[in-house]
Formats: sequence, C-alpha cells, structure tokens
Amino acid sequence: MELNFGLQNILFLAAFGVAIYFFSKNFGKIWRNINLGKDVNRSDRPKERWALMARVALGQSKMVKRRAVAGFFHVLIYVGFILINIEVAEILIDGILGTHRVFMPLLGPVYDAAISFFEILALLVIVACIVFLFRRNVSVVPRFKDLKGWAKKDGNYILFIELVLMFALLLLGATEANIEGNHVDGWIVSAQLAPLFSGLDQGTLIMMERAAWWFHILGIFAFLNYLPYSKHFHVIMAFPNVWHSKLEPSGQFSNMESVKKEVELMMDPNADPFAAPAEDAAEEPSRFGAKDVMDLNRIQLMNAYSCTECGRCTASCPANQTGKKLSPRKIMMDTRDRLSEVSNVIDELGQFEDDGRTLLDDFISREELWACTTCNACTEACPVNIDPMSIIVDMRRYLVMEESAANPSLNTMMTNIENNAAPWAYAQADRANWINE
Amino acid sequence: MEEKIVVPTMAELAASDKLPEVLFWVGCAGSFDDRAKKITKAFVKILNKANVDFGVLGTEESCTGDPAKRAGNEFTFMMQAMQNIEVLNAYEVKKIVTTCPHCFNTLANEYPELGGKYEVIHHTQFINQLLKDGRLSIEGGSFKGKKITFHDPCYLGRANGIYEAPRELIQKLDAELVEMRRCKSNALCCGAGGAQMFKEPEPGKKDINIERTEEALETKPDFIAAACPFCNTMMTDGVKNSAREGDLPVLDLAEMIANAEDL
Ligand code: SF4
Ligand code: SF4
Repeated sequence: MELNFGLQNILFLAAFGVAIYFFSKNFGKIWRNINLGKDVNRSDRPKERWALMARVALGQSKMVKRRAVAGFFHVLIYVGFILINIEVAEILIDGILGTHRVFMPLLGPVYDAAISFFEILALLVIVACIVFLFRRNVSVVPRFKDLKGWAKKDGNYILFIELVLMFALLLLGATEANIEGNHVDGWIVSAQLAPLFSGLDQGTLIMMERAAWWFHILGIFAFLNYLPYSKHFHVIMAFPNVWHSKLEPSGQFSNMESVKKEVELMMDPNADPFAAPAEDAAEEPSRFGAKDVMDLNRIQLMNAYSCTECGRCTASCPANQTGKKLSPRKIMMDTRDRLSEVSNVIDELGQFEDDGRTLLDDFISREELWACTTCNACTEACPVNIDPMSIIVDMRRYLVMEESAANPSLNTMMTNIENNAAPWAYAQADRANWINE
Repeated sequence: MEEKIVVPTMAELAASDKLPEVLFWVGCAGSFDDRAKKITKAFVKILNKANVDFGVLGTEESCTGDPAKRAGNEFTFMMQAMQNIEVLNAYEVKKIVTTCPHCFNTLANEYPELGGKYEVIHHTQFINQLLKDGRLSIEGGSFKGKKITFHDPCYLGRANGIYEAPRELIQKLDAELVEMRRCKSNALCCGAGGAQMFKEPEPGKKDINIERTEEALETKPDFIAAACPFCNTMMTDGVKNSAREGDLPVLDLAEMIANAEDL
C-alpha cells in the first residue's frame, strides 16, 4: 500500500470536516425542533417495531405494494444508494490516508466483482433517475401535478445530483483505465467507456481522474448537507419514523387524558368542586388540541421531517380526489414549513416568542380540516407510515374545544348527543321503538 | 313474512336473572334511522332463527360518542363513553355484537382504556361464526349467481383490518363477488365518516358518495352490498343520483342473509 500524504489530503480532511460539522449542526437543530413537540409514548412492543422497520423502511414493502413501476425503480435507486456507499467508504479512506483504491490489493478478485457490480448499479440508477425525471416533468404523474416552486425543484435537484454523481463514478473508472502503471483496466461498464478517452495524453487523464474523484466525493458531501433542507431527508428519517409507527388499529384515536380527568371529576358525585387543584395540575396542557406545531406531539413532528412529498396520501384521499381543498400531503408539508419558521425564530431569539403566526389559519385552513372523513386512506397509503389524519384531528380538537368553532351542523349533532344521546333530535325514550314498529 | 321478532332488553333479562351470552349494540342509526332499522330487524331475525341468547340495552343505550370524537369534541365523547361503560359493566357484559362499524371501532378500541373491556364483534363476523358453527344454514336463494359488489366500510376495513368476513358471506350466498377498482385496504370512503354524515360537504367537484357509486356501477352489479348503516345511506343516495333506484338495491349483508333464508 502506497501512502501519499500531501496537500490533497489536507484539503480532503478539511472538506470532510466542514461537511460533517454542518450536517451535525443541522441534524441537531432538527432534533431540537422535533423535541418542541409533546412527549408521547411510542416505544412499547419493541420487537414488533424493529420488525416493522425492517419490513417497511428497509424492505420498502409499501412502495412495491401498489404501483409496481415507481416501486421497482425506487428500490433500484435505494439499493444503488446503499451499496455504492460501500465504495464511498473506500474513497474516504483514500482521501484521508492518501492511498489509492486501498481495498483493491486487499480483496483481489472480490474487489473487481464488487466494483463491477457497483458499476452496473450505477448504470441502473442512471436509468431510474431518467425514468423518474420523465415522470415528474414530461408525462406528469397526477400526484406530482400540484407540486410547485421549491417542492417541484427539490425533487428534480435530487435526481439530477444522483445522475451526475453516478456519471462521475463511471468516468473515474474509465479515465483510470487509460492511466499507465496503476494496474487498473476499468470494470464492467467503465472498461466499455475507456476507449473514448484513450486518445488523451497522460497529464489530461490524470487531471480528469482526479477531477472525477473530487467531484464525486464533494458531491456526496454537498448532498449530505442538502438533505436536512429537502424532502430527501426521508432516507434517514424513514427509519426512526417507521419504528415509531402507531401499532394500534388505525381507527383507534387517542383518548385525551386531560379531558378524561375533567369528565371523571364532573361525573363523580363525591368530588369537591372547590378542592385545591391536584399536584399534577402543572402538567395540564396549555390548550386542548393543536393550534400550532408545539401543540402536536413529537411523532407528528418527526412525521413532518420524514415526508417524502410523494403524494400517495393525497392521491388516495376521498376529499382531495373529489375536488376539496384538503390534501394530506399539504398538511405534512405545512407542518414542516411552520416548524422551520419556528426554528428560525428560536435561532434568532434563543427561544420561541410569539411571531403572530400559527399552523392553523396561516398554513392550514379550517375548510381543509373539516373536509376530512377520517377514512385512514392516507395513513394506509403512506410508504413511511406517516399519519396526517392525527394532525387533522388534533386541530379539530382545538377548534371545537378551545374556540367552539365547529362547523355549525356539527354543533347541532353534538348538542343532540349531549341532550338526547343520539346525533339526531330523537328522544332517548323512543330509542327502543323499533322493536314494536 | 312479518314474523314477530323477539328482542329482550337487558333490564328485563336482569330482572329474571338471565344475563345473556351476547349484547346486541344497536347504535343510533340502527335505532332511529328508518332505513337502518330494517337492517337491525334483519339481524334480529337471524339471531332469533339461530336461537342466539342475546339482549339489547333499549332505552338505556346511548350514542358511543364516535361522531363527537371524530369531530374533535373529546368532552362529549368522554361523557358518553363513561356513561355507557357504567351501564355495560353494571350488566356484566362480556361480549358485544354490533351492526355498525363505527360503534364497533369505538367499543373495541377506545373504550378499553376507559375501563370498558369487552369482546366486540361485527355482525358480519358474527353471522359467519353462526354459519360455521352450524347454528344457521343458508342457501343462496334469490342471490344465487347474482353479481354483488361489496363496499368496504373504512371503520371495518382499513381501521380494523376486517376484509374477509363480509366477503365470505357473499360467497355463502352462492353469488358472484365483483370487486371494485379500489377495494379492501385501497377502498374509497363513502364520504360519511369523520362526522361528515352530519354536515354538508366542503365545496368541490363532486360528492364522495357519487364517486364511489360510479365505481360500484362500473362492476355492473345486480346488488351493492354494504356492512354499515352510514355507507348504506350514502350508497343509496348515490344510486338514486344515477337514476338506478329501483333496479339496483343497496342491501346490508344481514338483510341479504335474512332474505336468502326468507326470514
Ligand atoms: S383520513 Fe382524511 S385526509 Fe386522510 S385520506 Fe381520509 S379524508 Fe383524506
Ligand atoms: S405523508 Fe406519506 S404518502 Fe403523503 S406525501 Fe408524505 S410520504 Fe407521501
């Protein structure tokens, strides 16, 4: 093994350090933001959770379940992404130590097989990226149609970056094959490309090889730091997010402990209405339901950072598909956008102070909230087990219990339940009349 | 055909110290809505025919609180739940069968944490069990060879993973089950859930029940089968809207089984 420590390595270490520093900083910020949410217990049944994570996040079971095309190519890019990272490990070592293809002499034929395999993957990833760019921009898949501005660009940027990174990887092998004395003939794909560069002189080739190498690794560093700002953050967040999935039947809504306590007191004939507040009164929520992101729980906020903006939820939403304003994808994107806004306030002032804006009304309108049928189609469709419905319900809880601002016909329904124990205005005494009718 | 149905109430049964094996939770729609009352009666006929030892709460039953909870009113829900649990526990209820998926979901999933722990069964599962145990037997009757499409209720299917029980019943009717484009976990809502039943829909291009009915019509069915009183209403309205009223009945599976047996 030939060590060749020099200026290049110092530059590499600096780039590596900067990349890691900024990534950790942004990741830390996201972690802090998630923790602005309320605590919620989602770590019961750990065995089931690991199995679910293996199946849904690692195995992408929900991606391939419905539409085979998108599922297939997504798995391709994903496998490519993971395996090619093994090669990135080598690049890192080379960059730090000044070695050149450090694993090659160690692994021998296994190395050649592995790199050939990676090159095939790279080629397939290129195909997949082209297919995806086509689906997003040319024969636009319906669920991508209403993505505009940043969200639309974000998706394209990612695919474009992946494309160039893969080209750089192939270029690396192809130029190297023409460089004398380094015992590299190229691998399965790059060997085919090598003749294209055979006419170039050694100096140019060495420069091109170095350029491709640097481009590839700097591209990866840049990509890493692009993640926290992008929907592509799901490559990381999908795992903890799926691990924290709701395991109960999806129809089961949470029972609000605070409401339960109050109702118990109301119904208890022995309760002393003037009794001093219980000791745990301090833990009472500041408000019922959710008006802003801090009223949501941590899992809901983690959901927002895990959303891939794929729109599978919206494409299956009965309200959205019949032209209502509600879109579960928008609910998740709004939650993330508002959380980023809150994050900026905290960065600036050291803590959150009222900025005159809230998730409700400034991002999500009441009309959207009231259109939901709580049908769970969105939660079922989501490939990373996000639950947009729970946010809708929490915001309805705020509207009804804090603002008494339910949709008017719903108020009638609720008054009926309170007065005569049925959602319609029938007397409870008539409830058994059907028996003799 | 108007045979007398026998419906003992829990109060009567308790008075003679004969608490039944299972409680039939009728639900608000089943008790008050004219269309849904027919489903209730059809199911009672099946229970009578199979000699099931059951009771109803009658005037002691009250709304589970489901629509209030889905609308965001946890207070009203909690009050309903606690009252109901008190009544149910006083009668030492262990097992509940219900014809409404919304009652089913609330009783089975949301009551246990509040002290109401029961075995809760949807009527499509219950009828299946009766058939398997040989307590009831059917022949296809008027449904033999007919095309039936089944609309999955959200709160039975996706919400609780029950997809097969209703389909097995259609098979027992010797009918041909024709699936809609979106079915089972992928099924489209009828538009009634989440308290939508009690309000006008938000502005949009189309009503959800119309969209769903059109999808049902694509299968060219002779009957639309439902397993929820609210879905039933929505699909019936949808069929009316497409001027197929009269020749395309929307029936609950309990009604189909009862009809097949000429009960
Ligand atoms: S639960 Fe609500 S938001 Fe989700 S798909 Fe159904 S109607 Fe749409
Ligand atoms: S919530 Fe899930 S299904 Fe909806 S856009 Fe985000 S990742 Fe896709």
